[in-house]
Amino acid sequence: MNEWPLWEVFIRSKQGLDHKHVGSLHAADAQMAIENARDVYTRRMEGVSIWVVESKHIHASSPDEAGSLFDPANDKAYRHPTFYDLPDEVKYM
Amino acid sequence: MQQAEPEIIFDDKIEQEIKIEPKDWMPEKYRQTLIRQISQHAHSEIVGMLPEGNWITRAPSLRRKAILLAKVQDEAGHGLYLYSAAETLGIGREEMYDQLHTGKAKYSSIFNYPTLTWADIGAIGWLVDGAAIMNQVPLCRASYGPYARAMVRICKEESFHQRQGFEILLTLGKGSKEQRDMAQDAINRWWWPSIMMFGPPDDSSPHTIQNTKWKIKRFTNDELRQRFVDICAEQVKVLGLELPDNDLKWNEERGHYDFGEINWDEFWEVVKGNGPCNKERLETRQKAWDNGAWVREAASAFAEKRNGL
Repeated sequence: MNEWPLWEVFIRSKQGLDHKHVGSLHAADAQMAIENARDVYTRRMEGVSIWVVESKHIHASSPDEAGSLFDPANDKAYRHPTFYDLPDEVKYM
Repeated sequence: MQQAEPEIIFDDKIEQEIKIEPKDWMPEKYRQTLIRQISQHAHSEIVGMLPEGNWITRAPSLRRKAILLAKVQDEAGHGLYLYSAAETLGIGREEMYDQLHTGKAKYSSIFNYPTLTWADIGAIGWLVDGAAIMNQVPLCRASYGPYARAMVRICKEESFHQRQGFEILLTLGKGSKEQRDMAQDAINRWWWPSIMMFGPPDDSSPHTIQNTKWKIKRFTNDELRQRFVDICAEQVKVLGLELPDNDLKWNEERGHYDFGEINWDEFWEVVKGNGPCNKERLETRQKAWDNGAWVREAASAFAEKRNGL
C-alpha cells in the first residue's frame, strides 16, 4: 500500500496572529489532515485555526541561493529609521 | 587535509550555535546519527504507551483515568512530532516503522519492564518521565532545527507527566500500609532501570564524543545521571519513601550524592532483547500495525472517493 502523503501544518494560535508552521503529518487527504492536526498539534488550545498544505506543493529557496537572495539588503541601512541623525529637540518622530 | 567548502560552513554554523536546517548541507554521518537518534526516540514514545496503557481501564478514579488517557495521548503525539522531524532527514515513515517492527531499531529499554500495580503508573511518571525530561531539556538546544523544535514542544508537555506521577505516589504514601508498601515496591522496581536510562557510563558510551562535538548532545550520560540522582534523593523524602540503594549518601566534598553500583549486565541483557517484556512489546506493536491495515486502506479509499480521484 502506498504511504499517505505528507502535509505541512500551520496553526493560528489566536485571532489577530499569523498562521505559523508547527510541523507535519501524514493523512489520506486534506480533511483528514486537518482532523489529525487537531489531535496532534492542538491538544492544549494552541490554535483557533489550522491550515494544511501537502508538502510537495511547498517551493522553498535553496540554502545555496541565500547569498544572492538576501545579501543585497545588507548594505541598505538607510531603510531603517535608526540610520538618520536628528536633533534631540525633534519630538514624536 | 583541507576540508571541502560546505564542511567548513557546516562546522562554522555548529561553532556559532546556528541551527542546521533540513536543506542545508550536512555530513552524511551527522544525518545518519540524527536519523538513528530521532527515530529511536520516536519509537520510545510509541512503545512507551504500552506499559501505561495497561492501566487505563483500571485507573482508580475517573480523574486518574482522564489524566492517564491524556498522558498516553501525549506520548503518541510526541512520537509523531519526532517521526516527522526524522523524515526531514530523508527517511520514510514506513521505513522507520519497519525498522521498529523487525527489531533493527532500538527503543528505550525502560519500556521492556512490566507495570504490575497501579503504583507503577506513579513511579513511571516520577522516575521514568523525570529521567526523560533530564535527558530531553538539553536536546531543546540540539544543533538540528527540526529536532530542537520538536523537543521544545515535548518538554512543555512532559512536565505534567512527571507531576501527575509524583502526585500518585504522594497520595499512596499518605494512604494505608498496603498503599505505602505498594508505592515503595514500585519505586524499588523502577529506580535502577530509571537511572540506566541515561545510558552506559561515559567511558563506554560509543556516541558521546562525536555527538557532543556536533552539539546534538550537551552533557554526558554520567553528568545527567548524577543530576537526576541528586534531585530524586531529595524528592523521595517528601514522599516519605526510600530509594532502594544502601550506598546512597550525600558527599559533602563532591557536593553530590554517592550512589551504588549499577548492574550494567542487566542493562545490556535488556538492550539485547532479553528483558521481561521485549517480545511482548514488539508483538503488540506489530499486531497494532497489521490490525490497522484495513483502516489505512479504508481511509485511502474514502479519500479517493471524496476527492473524485
